[in-house]
Amino acid sequence: MLDALRHHLGLTGSKKGCDHGQCGACTVMVNGRRINACLTLACMHDGDEVTTIEGLGQPDALNPLQEAFVREDGFQCGYCTPGQICSATAMLQEISEGWPSHVTQDLEAGAELTPEEISERMSGNLCRCSAYPNIVEAIRVAAGKQA
Amino acid sequence: MTEPFQMDHPATDRRLDDMAQGLVGAPLDRPDGPLKVTGTATYANEWQVEGMVHGVMVRAPGNSGRVVLSNTAEVARMPGVLSVVQDDRMLRNPAQGGANEAPVQGPHHAAYFGQLVAVVVAESFEQARHAAQSLKVTLDDAEQVAVTPEGAAVERQTDKTLDQGDLDRAMDEAAHSVDVVYTTPSHSSSPMEPHASIASWEGEDLTLRGSYQMLKFNRNELADSLGIHPDRVRILSPYVGGGFGSKLGLAPEAVAAAVAAKAVGRPVSVALHRQQVYEATMRRSETRQRLRLAADAEGRLIGFGHEARVSNLPGETFAEPVLQASHFLYAGANRKMSLDLARVHRLCAGSVRAPGEAVGVTVVENAMDELAHAAGLDPVELRLRNIPPTDPESGKEYSSRRFREALESGAEIFGWSDRPGVKERREGDWLIGYGMASAARVNVLKESEARVTLLSDGTARVETDMTDIGTGTYAILGQIAGDMLGLPRDSVEVVLGDTNLPSGSGSGGSWGASSSGSAVYLACAAIRQQIAQRLDVDEHDLLLKDAQATFNNRTETLADILQGHEIAKLGHVKPGDTSDAVRQATFGAYFAEVGVNAVTGETRVRRMHGTFAAGRILNAKTARSQCLGGMTFGIGMALMEEVAFDPRDGHVVNHNLAEYHIPVNADVPQLTVELLEERDDWASPVQAKGIGELGICGAGAAITNAIFNATGVRVRDYPATLDKLIAELP
Ligand code: FES
Ligand code: FES
Repeated sequence: MLDALRHHLGLTGSKKGCDHGQCGACTVMVNGRRINACLTLACMHDGDEVTTIEGLGQPDALNPLQEAFVREDGFQCGYCTPGQICSATAMLQEISEGWPSHVTQDLEAGAELTPEEISERMSGNLCRCSAYPNIVEAIRVAAGKQA
Repeated sequence: MTEPFQMDHPATDRRLDDMAQGLVGAPLDRPDGPLKVTGTATYANEWQVEGMVHGVMVRAPGNSGRVVLSNTAEVARMPGVLSVVQDDRMLRNPAQGGANEAPVQGPHHAAYFGQLVAVVVAESFEQARHAAQSLKVTLDDAEQVAVTPEGAAVERQTDKTLDQGDLDRAMDEAAHSVDVVYTTPSHSSSPMEPHASIASWEGEDLTLRGSYQMLKFNRNELADSLGIHPDRVRILSPYVGGGFGSKLGLAPEAVAAAVAAKAVGRPVSVALHRQQVYEATMRRSETRQRLRLAADAEGRLIGFGHEARVSNLPGETFAEPVLQASHFLYAGANRKMSLDLARVHRLCAGSVRAPGEAVGVTVVENAMDELAHAAGLDPVELRLRNIPPTDPESGKEYSSRRFREALESGAEIFGWSDRPGVKERREGDWLIGYGMASAARVNVLKESEARVTLLSDGTARVETDMTDIGTGTYAILGQIAGDMLGLPRDSVEVVLGDTNLPSGSGSGGSWGASSSGSAVYLACAAIRQQIAQRLDVDEHDLLLKDAQATFNNRTETLADILQGHEIAKLGHVKPGDTSDAVRQATFGAYFAEVGVNAVTGETRVRRMHGTFAAGRILNAKTARSQCLGGMTFGIGMALMEEVAFDPRDGHVVNHNLAEYHIPVNADVPQLTVELLEERDDWASPVQAKGIGELGICGAGAAITNAIFNATGVRVRDYPATLDKLIAELP
């Protein structure tokens, strides 16, 4: 799917960092769930709704999460960033649906948006520039606004 | 055109401090941010070039011998395949940073496992990849060659040797001493964007859309590799998905794309895949470092010895400059230093973020921790006692050095006074320890040019082939120009990453911001002069703010003053006498708290703080981010990063992001950073020094020292993985 997006549809917002499901740069949402586009085939998604970074906002019309990434400097080179933002979008949905993670203390009570929860859930998205603390902050700020 | 400005005297006028717009230093958002968060910034392999086809490179399956492609004709007949290209001009390995000429060329002989020896070009990426995988590459007449530094011939770097006083005697007479050997493994820059180039020819003129850090050098390297005049080459790199040294010099995919594009008469895109980035770009050399520290009863250093061995491919002169900061960081009258270079057939060794200090200062800081422990001194106190009054070798003054303040302020912010004794604190299964380390990195100014145009509507444009590899160049150059010309940040457009523009310093060695920033500053200063002349006032009496000029109690808009004209000036800075007249470096201190699991040996960094002093900070937000990045590289170095080489043939075993572990979000706590206010008049006309690499230079030692504090275990063989801890845990 990643090559289909980038080479055939000209949607280069989804990035190729590894092509092996190891970095998260290619993260897109399929029917609202985050997946690595490099690990799936376009032909397996007939009828599915695929959302890439191009579907979340434009440079002059950023969504709140994108705005927060800019304000908190949640990136440096920007190459992992579309994947981080797609991933975070779906991740916030997972939290609001009460999905626990490895660091969630009480599996029944739902998860709080602590830095630890966010870090854990965003660890499939590598950032070599290491904007992690700012990514966590950006997600907290954006989620706080929405709440 | 204005004369180049040579940095021969300290820039004590500090003109930026007189400006009224208030941009420089402020934590402003990056102007390139909206493009990056929407996926609309165009990285190298994302340009849609008319008629473009795809090339995939093929590697050598061994470390020596003649390369034989045995089924070329068959592969050439595969669907969509246009050509199988193997050309004498292709690179054996990337150019070193700043090489300015072709590196070793030739795809017909293998020098290391993974060397890229051919490119297969096809209509689609899928066809090219399939064909490349089908190409049979073998090696004839392979020989037995050295692949580990232990078994290799070693060359002493005589220009790096120092013997001052008598270190052996100092060691004998010392009240406290340390004589230890540490090893650090090879590291990979691993930028998230793999190296990629799109080459297109128009007649004899080549345009290369690449992912590079230092374009003026890259252009010459590419031209030299191809045997054409640099005027015929244009490189575009407006957005670079991380470099960390690996994109300083021209890499193999660029020349492959260029020769392939010529061969097939179509634009060719060649993107390395992740495995090729690990196997055939650059590595940081592994190091073996012996540290000898001799101190008197009060912990004052009387001797300092640092002897290191690093490695590289035959034919490469780069030797990881491990000793760089050892020359000036600490006192000690008796000093001995040496650097040996082992010749191994592994991929090329070159610059990875902070070559030298990243591993050199880290090991020095481990040894200092060992000395503090031996002498029964607080590690911060030991450092404070050993800040030399002047350079301990040359006797030169330091240009600026808020080292003491960094140590003291960092300790205060972190809460260092709570430090537990060794093996003293335990929370459940977790052994808790604190550690600290100093930060130090040499500072360099590089020749740089930029053109600034004040447009008739009272906005401005900054143009240079300087790059922004995540460092914040787009932000800071606009801030400098905005302050100097009295323009809001949004009224300044910054255009980067095109060799048709004036030549910038490039992004490397932390010099990018101060060097290219100085060029912009100088261009703006010339524009201010011209405005002042036109208004017949002294430039110092000209106040520019919000696109208006105030002078002689009058205010006029810049647009009115310009009367439909524009003013364009070239700023051109060159290093001069101040480079040698004083010792220039940046300093800082790290503090870390770790938990080591008493059952599994796993280490978690719970808190980490860094205080840094690097001259004028041009943007507090992007500078902080650079420090976060450096400290995280330090976490990686301390706990996980290691390129593993097969000892039989030198191939990279862990050539992917699942097996070469870099820190993930959960490995990094909410780091804190403090930037000290400083002006360095000797460093640059804008009083800034470099900050991009300072955050890594010693960071790993704060963590490994904390591990010792928690567990009593010294891991002297990086990284401190759990297998090295578990047997010795209390
Ligand atoms: S490119 Fe898909 S996970 Fe890395
Ligand atoms: S911003 Fe560069 S890799 Fe994340």
